[in-house]
Amino acid sequence: MDIDIRVQHDDFSSQQETDWLRANAADAGAVVTFSGLVRGQENGRDIRALVLEHYPGMTEKSLRAIVDEAATRWPLLGVVIIHRIGELLPGEQIVFVGISSAHRAAAFAACDFLMDYLKTRAPFWKKCLFIEGGHWIAAKESDEEASKRW
Amino acid sequence: MIDVHYFANIREMLGVAREQVALPQPATVAALIDTLVVQHGGRWQSLFNEIRVLTAVNQVVVPITAVIKDGDEVAFFPPVTGG
Repeated sequence: MDIDIRVQHDDFSSQQETDWLRANAADAGAVVTFSGLVRGQENGRDIRALVLEHYPGMTEKSLRAIVDEAATRWPLLGVVIIHRIGELLPGEQIVFVGISSAHRAAAFAACDFLMDYLKTRAPFWKKCLFIEGGHWIAAKESDEEASKRW
Repeated sequence: MIDVHYFANIREMLGVAREQVALPQPATVAALIDTLVVQHGGRWQSLFNEIRVLTAVNQVVVPITAVIKDGDEVAFFPPVTGG
């Protein structure tokens, strides 16, 4: 299995990542990708920017552990996870998960699983900056519930 | 010494990102928290009493009963909100 895990300030190209997944998995019958974006509003208030903080070292380790867990559940050929950090503006890409597998069911399920686990287990925190101040985003019960489906 | 790290709103509330703390051995995360509250008082006390704080020892999330020793990296942070 080919694994590429990156935590970076820079933007990414979904197309480039999809091409990499295709190029590295000759037996793949499916590539499923997810791109997460910064929303323009939070509870009806216009967002100026999101600031993404993480725990260097632990972030990479926990993402790797999540990928290893996924690989025990589905026959994966390739996995890409990219998470951006720093200040991001509404509409910008924040996270990418890409999976290649022989069949689509495993690729869809693994992609969904990785996002649920990433949101509840990887040490990232979002601070929401509004025009008039900012606050840290609270963890959502619904994300915790979603991660328990698996 | 224990290498203590704070993240996100906890770092902002305490006004510190990292500190070195001497702790008699053997020790647990709970003992470290007690020591921090005694040393710093005020904000530390209300923080650990009032909000949900997760703990990682050497970058793995653990319960506060976990044993720690000199040289360990202990981090305190809120529930994660990435993705």
